[in-house]
Amino acid sequence: MSGPEAAPPEAPIAITGLVNRFGAHTVHNGLSLRLRRGEILGVVGGSGTGKSVLMRSIIGLQLPSAGQITVLGHTIVGGDDNAIEPVDGDEGRADIRSRWGVLFQGGALFSTLTVAENIEVPLKEFYPNLSPALAREIAAVKVALSGLPPEAADKYPSELSGGMKKRASLARALALDPELLFLDEPTAGLDPIAAAALDHLIRELADTLGLTVFLITHDLDTLYAICDRVAVLADGRVIAIGPIDDLLQSDHPWIQAYFNGPRGRAAHLGATAEASADVQAEGIDNHATGKA
Amino acid sequence: MFFPQKPKAMEHAPHFTLKAQADGTHCLVLSGPLLVSTLGPFEEELRALTGPQEPPLARIDITDVPEIDTAGAWLVARLARDTGARITGESDKARRLLAAVAQATAITRAESIPEQRLPLLPRLLDALGREVVAMGLGAIHALGFFGELLVASWGVLCHPRRFRMKALVHQIELLAVDSLFIIALMSFLIGIVIAQQGAVQLQQFGAEIYTINLTGRLSMRELGVLMTAIMVAGRSGSAFAAQLGTMKLTEEIDAMRIIGVSPMEALVLPRVLAAVLMLPLLGFFSAVIAIIGGAVLGNFSLDIPFFTFLTRIKEVVPLTDLWVGLIKGPVFGLIIALTGCYQGLQVEGNSEQVGLRTTLAVVQAIFVVIVLDAFFAVFFTAVGWK
Repeated sequence: MSGPEAAPPEAPIAITGLVNRFGAHTVHNGLSLRLRRGEILGVVGGSGTGKSVLMRSIIGLQLPSAGQITVLGHTIVGGDDNAIEPVDGDEGRADIRSRWGVLFQGGALFSTLTVAENIEVPLKEFYPNLSPALAREIAAVKVALSGLPPEAADKYPSELSGGMKKRASLARALALDPELLFLDEPTAGLDPIAAAALDHLIRELADTLGLTVFLITHDLDTLYAICDRVAVLADGRVIAIGPIDDLLQSDHPWIQAYFNGPRGRAAHLGATAEASADVQAEGIDNHATGKA
Repeated sequence: MFFPQKPKAMEHAPHFTLKAQADGTHCLVLSGPLLVSTLGPFEEELRALTGPQEPPLARIDITDVPEIDTAGAWLVARLARDTGARITGESDKARRLLAAVAQATAITRAESIPEQRLPLLPRLLDALGREVVAMGLGAIHALGFFGELLVASWGVLCHPRRFRMKALVHQIELLAVDSLFIIALMSFLIGIVIAQQGAVQLQQFGAEIYTINLTGRLSMRELGVLMTAIMVAGRSGSAFAAQLGTMKLTEEIDAMRIIGVSPMEALVLPRVLAAVLMLPLLGFFSAVIAIIGGAVLGNFSLDIPFFTFLTRIKEVVPLTDLWVGLIKGPVFGLIIALTGCYQGLQVEGNSEQVGLRTTLAVVQAIFVVIVLDAFFAVFFTAVGWK
């Protein structure tokens, strides 16, 4: 047995001593971070603290200046001799790439392909022996999973609304049934209703498919609604990591400003109100069933 | 290795067996991992079971399936849907996945429906008809675009302060100044080729002195401005189309409209004006360099001294040749800039369109320029400027 359920609780992503330098500008200075299997980790930080650079380093689009990154058991950079080296061979690279999915900030859907064709790209790339009909059906399943109407499958990205584009790119990120999902500001640019729906979808998919999610966001509602833990980036490192309630106790000025600012408080209120509404609804339900 | 790599299809292929049950129905027992990485060949084998079976398939047992993902769950769910069998022995994870894909089973089966295709001849006629209609519409649109440009020009003429001098100067720099070197090099070489090839033929009559007439008149009347037009179409016409096309895609053009800046005035007019003003100058420049090229060749291989060649040019090239070149220049410039901007603004939808429209802009511009050049040749001869 070697499914995700049976696998040992080793960190899907382990980063130690990551340094990213652009000229004289140091973005990360000895950053360390470990993800737990099956969790949704929210990554927050002010603009320019290197959230996206961190994600690009993990997914291999940005070669760090120093440090070690291990993803799904493959050391991507920084082997034993602490030298910077690319991913361990072509096979390791292909293995990792078939086990993660990435949702880029702008969606990054291929504009000349329909949504279904977009989803089929990774399928055909990794598993050329899938019959075209099955690939097409799997694409349709992913479209349904990501909450899009079936007719969206044959549309081009330019014909979709912003929220639908996000869902379509999520469907492409899920094409290969990854264990690890990277989301770069999934709710940015969405209206609150669409954003809440997307949050809900991500939580649901993570639970159903057993995903580990690395989620970059500025959206406080997302943090409260779906993240198991939150990592705060500042000064080139992770200054705090833990469930959001623990972070609220921290006295770091940035964390205080972030979570206890007017918007942070509003989101917190919203989250508590929602929770109590759920409790109330349950109570009413119980009451009703009790009567019946 | 803590993280086992995904099994390769060869190593752990899933397989199935059919078992008869007591009540005369069949049970399909699936075993092995049902993952997107292992499904390929297996799905083909399983396809035989699509549709109602005889004896009927009542149960699909997936107790022996250690691993399953959404693709595998879909396969099982599809089979259950098509045969009416029920699924037994699923793990917790399989149950979750089956529930998740259940919503997708409502989707109509995405069998590869062959597209309705007409027989060859009607299809050809259909394509031809569409082309013709598209061409006609294109011509009307282009005319409309030209009209829009005229309106914008009139607006600027009435309110000269709206004219964007900076944009014009910038475009002139990009279109003309930056292309001086390449145009000079091209014209110099063409001058040499005309003189050399002409001399070879004229020598047979002992008339190689007429090489000067040939080089001078051809450069001034035809080649200078024509080659320049082709070069500018390739350099700037394409750039106009790609720039405006990208701006259209990124909604910059829409943003300009909303702010109240007319894209015609801000983008198209400076480009068109730059081309109209600069093409005659570039054409003349090109002709002069071509003549110098001819003179250099004359000096070294025809025994015509360099300055004699240039003095003779003054005597054998009539002033009308200069006018012919200078009159054609602005017209060619207008054509190039108009097609470039027009095609750029036609971009819609995706990035592929930008490439397509850029190609179209260059091809159409060069084609129209050459057609017009032929008309001009006939016209100027008819009016006596020979």
